[in-house]
Amino acid sequence: MSTAAFTALESALEESSIDYDGLSARMQEDGTYVLETPDAHVTTEALDAESAGEYTPWVQNWWYWQRLCGVRSPAGLRYLRMLERAETMEVPERMDKLHTGIATAWGQLTVLATVDEDGQRWYTVHHCEDGEEEDLEQLESPVDARALATFDADGRYRPLKSAPSLRRGWSFTGVPAARLVAVVGYLYPASIPNWDREQRGRLDVTHWRSTADRQTGIYGIIDELDKAAVDRVAATCCVDEECLKRREWGYDPDTPLAADGGTGAFPCREPCSLVVAAARKWTTLEREAAQTYELELTPSEAAQLSEIIDAVADGTTESIREADVGEGANRYRVRYLREKLFEDGRLPVEGSTGLFHRIVNRFT
Amino acid sequence: MQALVIVAHGSHLNPDSAAPTYAHADTIRETGVFDVVRTGFWKEEPSLREVLRTVSAEEVYVVPLFISEGYFTEQVIPRELRLEGWDVSAWDSDGLSATTATLAAADTGQTIHYCGPVGTHPAMTDVIIKRAETVTGDPTAGAGMGLAVVGHGTERNANSAKAIEYHAERIRDAGRFEEVHALYMDEEPEVDDVTEFFETEEIVVVPLFIADGFHTQEDIPEDMGLTEDYREGYPVPAEVDGHRIYYSGAVGTEPLMAEVILERAADAGADVGTARADVKAAAGAVARGD
Repeated sequence: MSTAAFTALESALEESSIDYDGLSARMQEDGTYVLETPDAHVTTEALDAESAGEYTPWVQNWWYWQRLCGVRSPAGLRYLRMLERAETMEVPERMDKLHTGIATAWGQLTVLATVDEDGQRWYTVHHCEDGEEEDLEQLESPVDARALATFDADGRYRPLKSAPSLRRGWSFTGVPAARLVAVVGYLYPASIPNWDREQRGRLDVTHWRSTADRQTGIYGIIDELDKAAVDRVAATCCVDEECLKRREWGYDPDTPLAADGGTGAFPCREPCSLVVAAARKWTTLEREAAQTYELELTPSEAAQLSEIIDAVADGTTESIREADVGEGANRYRVRYLREKLFEDGRLPVEGSTGLFHRIVNRFT
Repeated sequence: MQALVIVAHGSHLNPDSAAPTYAHADTIRETGVFDVVRTGFWKEEPSLREVLRTVSAEEVYVVPLFISEGYFTEQVIPRELRLEGWDVSAWDSDGLSATTATLAAADTGQTIHYCGPVGTHPAMTDVIIKRAETVTGDPTAGAGMGLAVVGHGTERNANSAKAIEYHAERIRDAGRFEEVHALYMDEEPEVDDVTEFFETEEIVVVPLFIADGFHTQEDIPEDMGLTEDYREGYPVPAEVDGHRIYYSGAVGTEPLMAEVILERAADAGADVGTARADVKAAAGAVARGD
């Protein structure tokens, strides 16, 4: 164990007394030191592990947070302290737990905070579905995290960093605090400052109406969507199956949306650019008037349409086995349906605009 | 403590869109002249709405990685960054001359030095020439060669063509290349007819775009006749109508672009130390010929 923490405390006390995380320490006029914790105090002539041994965890804790940590952003620091439950666990218990590691779930990450014998914290980050025992690719640089966030396991581009499609098989093992904060910043951009604002009751939520009203250019039309459509947008894009942020925005400050906002560790404070871009498409589609279509289907074929829509919407088409013709969304089943129903490459349906058309048709 | 935030368009579909932004941010980060270097995007994350809160510095230099002054730099970026009291008159620009405006960000209280886009900076001229050197593999490229600077076209924004013409004229005046023309994708003079505009046998074509995407990798190579099908790629140089065309892909991917970003920040008052020279040395400086 290094003596650096005590040496640092000694020189700090020459300047002023300290009061940090349950440890109070001061130098008296006679040159002796007083150390106090919630449960004990001691007056000692020397600041070292020999004469103040039981205070070692407290001194190391002060040393780490006040001298070693290296993270300057207040939000980053509060995040790091959350990772070791600093606000709810006293130092000796915390140090004890940190020796085996304290785990926190963050999106699809497991972040493990640990401490070494000198009190220095080290952090390990890996995919939440990967165990530490697995043979994981060891990553070093935060820029590696950026590359990791860009493509999913199938090599497809991930336009939404908080989509639950982070690939597995890697680990940042035993990295210092500043690097951890950078890695999390690349994997879940702005998640730390937004979480921090929320913790302090200062999350600036921008609701749908004000996001929509602010848009210009090609997105200027999205304010046409009514509340029911925005409910559908949120149910489509913002549930946990699609995005791990916890949606905090509603239709407007007084009108929440019906869709589930999710249970994520960090908040979503505003409709994102993907939601805005998709909403533009839905705005143009919703401008069309509904019509009545007639199409003859057997009961099983009608049920199959639901299965196909479900499989595409839930992204499960890939997992339906090649020969599993019991599944309505099985490729052979769908090909057969196409053979039976399509004429000239499409469903042979002519729309009519409801009752008025039907009446007109009857008399013409 | 000073921070640099590079803002760019980004894409929901194309991972290459953000690649130059990341590359230049990494280059500048390595110089160590800024305490923090971050990237923010219109279409990616962190979004323009949230990028400033990822930076704890009180003073932030924001450099738009855009080619021209227009809709994005004048409306979208200031609005999304919540720059209080922004009005385009703060730049006092003729469409090419925006340097910086200093405003407060409403949500973070930071002091933001909002810089003009990289594409209109005089240093951008050198990046275009550097791009010509890179694609020809000849550090002295120019004599007996034609150079086409290609832009998107004016669309709704006249400043877009101004930037293209500005650099074409500077390169022409410097006399290093035999012939220099500004061409466009969507308007006359069109890049489709590139060979009609040049007497020189060899023509270097540099698109003034920030990132490679379907314009630079699909439309332009096909329009110029470098390839029948962009998916099969195109040769460099390619023979078209008796000319040899060296087509470079987006100028924004050239490493020397990092220096233009630093120039923008320095013009706005950032202390960039020797970073510009360092980046230039690493990327390879150019001689314009004047």
